[in-house]
Amino acid sequence: MNEPYDYIEMKIPSKPEFVGVIRLTLSGIASRMGFTYDEIEDLKIATSEACTNAVQHAYKSNDNGEVVIGFGLFKDRLEVMVSDNGQSFDFQSAKEGIGPYNPNDSVEILREGGLGLYLIETLMDEVRIHQNVGVTVMMTKYLEGERVEMDAKKIST
Amino acid sequence: MNIKIDVIENDHSVEAKVSGEIDVYTAPKVRETLFPISEREGITLRVDLTDVSYMDSTGLGVFVGIFKNIRAHNGTFQLRGLSDRLKRLFEITGLADIIDINCQNEVE
Repeated sequence: MNEPYDYIEMKIPSKPEFVGVIRLTLSGIASRMGFTYDEIEDLKIATSEACTNAVQHAYKSNDNGEVVIGFGLFKDRLEVMVSDNGQSFDFQSAKEGIGPYNPNDSVEILREGGLGLYLIETLMDEVRIHQNVGVTVMMTKYLEGERVEMDAKKIST
Repeated sequence: MNIKIDVIENDHSVEAKVSGEIDVYTAPKVRETLFPISEREGITLRVDLTDVSYMDSTGLGVFVGIFKNIRAHNGTFQLRGLSDRLKRLFEITGLADIIDINCQNEVE
């Protein structure tokens, strides 16, 4: 748990027009970390999908809330956390409170945007979803070469 | 972040060119512009995505809706000019097998 990392957090109003702003920031972070063009594009889609879910959730519940996006920059991976309850999180303890995604969970908002969740799961290496006060999506992408599985996937394409 | 949609009306077909990023903010604009066209009986709608630099499930949702509606009105829906990234998006979601995304013929 003492693994060193840098942490960047952003908070946006729950409005569709700001999702693109998050994509721009994410591009900058991911390219600084050395992700490839395709990996950055995958990250952009997955993160946008999570932000879209959060923004649409807020819209449906008539809630003028905020969406918090946390980026954990580790040596071998980028962890992105998107939370629609508007609260800053203690990154480490929030991570520990998140369980693996269970298809039987009634995460209704994500189910409605089924394609979005499918894309998140397809484009990221690890995905966890936690529903408490709001919905928190936690996703991880490893830098190329950090995982043998990813190399195998690349060769097959 | 902006979106531009140019629509050219022909006798029995409509050519549309979308430029920009299609996401949760801009997808409703694409839908507003193109959905009414999909209501026309027997229409052929071709959408050029050459200048679309980003798209996610919100854009896919719009195109699926338009595709379904065009089919229900005995029309034809084609997408063209997809980048490798956009093609991949249609492929991993299985939509590449349902929607024609490889329309090659250039129409001036």
